[in-house]
Amino acid sequence: MGFFWGKFVHLVVVVLAVTAVTFVMLDLLPADVAHEVAGQSATSRDVAAVRQELGLNDSVAARYGRWLAGAARGDLGTSLVTRQPVGEAIASHLPVTLELLLLAQLFALALAIPAGIVSAWRAESPIDRALGSAAFGLISVPSFALAIVLIYFFSLRLKWFPAIGFTPLSEGAWPNIRGMILPAVSVALVEFASLMRVLRGDMIATLREEFILFARAKGLPTWRILLRHALRPSSFTMLTLLGLHIGNLIGGAVIIETIFALPGIGRLLVSSIFSQDYPMVQGCVLIITVGYVAVNFLVDICYGLLDPRVRKEGSVG
Amino acid sequence: MGRKRGAAFWLPLAWITFVVLCAISASWLPVPSPDQIDWDNLAVKPGVAGHLLGTDTLGRDIASRLLFGARVSLIVGFLAPCIGLVLGCFAGVIAGFYRGLAEKLIVGAIDTFLAFPRLVFLLVFIFVLGASLSNLTIALGILTAPSFARVARANTIRFAGREFVLAAKAIGAGDVAIILREILPNVLAPMLVYMLLVMGFVIVAEGGLGFLGLSVPSPTPSWGGMIAEGREALDETPHVSMIPTAVMFLTVLSVNLIGDRLRGQVDGRESQL
Repeated sequence: MGFFWGKFVHLVVVVLAVTAVTFVMLDLLPADVAHEVAGQSATSRDVAAVRQELGLNDSVAARYGRWLAGAARGDLGTSLVTRQPVGEAIASHLPVTLELLLLAQLFALALAIPAGIVSAWRAESPIDRALGSAAFGLISVPSFALAIVLIYFFSLRLKWFPAIGFTPLSEGAWPNIRGMILPAVSVALVEFASLMRVLRGDMIATLREEFILFARAKGLPTWRILLRHALRPSSFTMLTLLGLHIGNLIGGAVIIETIFALPGIGRLLVSSIFSQDYPMVQGCVLIITVGYVAVNFLVDICYGLLDPRVRKEGSVG
Repeated sequence: MGRKRGAAFWLPLAWITFVVLCAISASWLPVPSPDQIDWDNLAVKPGVAGHLLGTDTLGRDIASRLLFGARVSLIVGFLAPCIGLVLGCFAGVIAGFYRGLAEKLIVGAIDTFLAFPRLVFLLVFIFVLGASLSNLTIALGILTAPSFARVARANTIRFAGREFVLAAKAIGAGDVAIILREILPNVLAPMLVYMLLVMGFVIVAEGGLGFLGLSVPSPTPSWGGMIAEGREALDETPHVSMIPTAVMFLTVLSVNLIGDRLRGQVDGRESQL
């Protein structure tokens, strides 16, 4: 149990450190928030009143403490620009990001698993070489460049998908998913490449094991050996990588969200930074960091469950 | 050692050399200035009216913008990993050599930094210090430092227990001398190869920032910015976006291919030891 506890404490410390650093960094920004909030025609007395009201006269540490106390009660403050509660704004943007994330991972896995299996099974064959080259090429394409190429062919030329825009789920499942396919594929194709390479490597090692030879000797069909016997023990590294992708994507899909005009967390974060909406930035950073750290925590725990040696190492270091 | 490198090494190297030469000689090449507007030829196809690669939607010469944009991509792509390498090497070697409290603190800092949303760091850094090529380079350099530190720490730990380090200790060499003369030369080889992979990442990251309009300030062209500008008229004049996309892809692919080949060689040498 010490392993899990240690990891958990580590997680909390990282979240605290990241939010505190964000607070200090935002404090460095040159703009005067009180001026912005009070508006163009405000007198210096108005500004002073706003400053008092927002507690801007206190030290950074005091303000961080107050924010933290609020966050612990589930209150992330209100937006300086729209006066909307930050928690509410995040709750309305998060589903879009999560949908993109989920679809992208599904596409990536749907491509990576068959491709990884085939190229491990026929290692060094022309098909393996071709898949390997394709993967290497895809790793070198920025996802935003890929998105432009996909929009050009599939939206503008073939007109299969809308080029930009988000349709809420309330207006039907198909219009919603249709708008998400290109953004998800742009993310998935880049991730697919790294997942496939890792799966191929692990699978080649697994296929040399004796139990595979034994399964062959029993006369089991090849597809059954590959899918039932070899895939499971080969997929641990790939799942770890998948966890890392998910953790990075919670706040890292900004460019894809911008290209396709999806109202996700990444866009909320960028627009909040531009409009100097500090409580909103702080809330977004909290969600992104918690997401990142939580996914990594789960991956660590999975590792610990699968391989007891990791647990011991973890408690020492 | 004398292993055959093949076309997958020489072709990328030739492309990178070509891009570097173009970037260096951009000012002397017979192309219009990158912000000179040709009103009669807006968004024309490659080869029209003396524009080798056509013009963008504002009538600016794409070839010229690519050449000057290459400077930004290459300067950031080369210098930022250098900054990351130096910072990361310093932190990583100290963590790996002294272990104990120093290691705990440095590893904690690395973990925090990796969990920190990168974009927030970049945006705030650029907001506070201003958007310029040097600030962009420094910010991206700091971003790459934690992963360099990880590689440096892992390799330092691997070498710190080796006999030649113990021998140096036994003859009474100081810590600084051991780190500089015994550890660093060994740690640096894998780090330099890793740097090539980071270069690809940084060029992509700079492109992404340029795409969002957050790279170098406006009149200076950047590849990511060019791709974003062409997006408006993607339907009518796809070449405005596609040409910089292709150039960026080839450059990142080349850097990755060279890095991959060299990494194979370093790994091969390690396993022979």
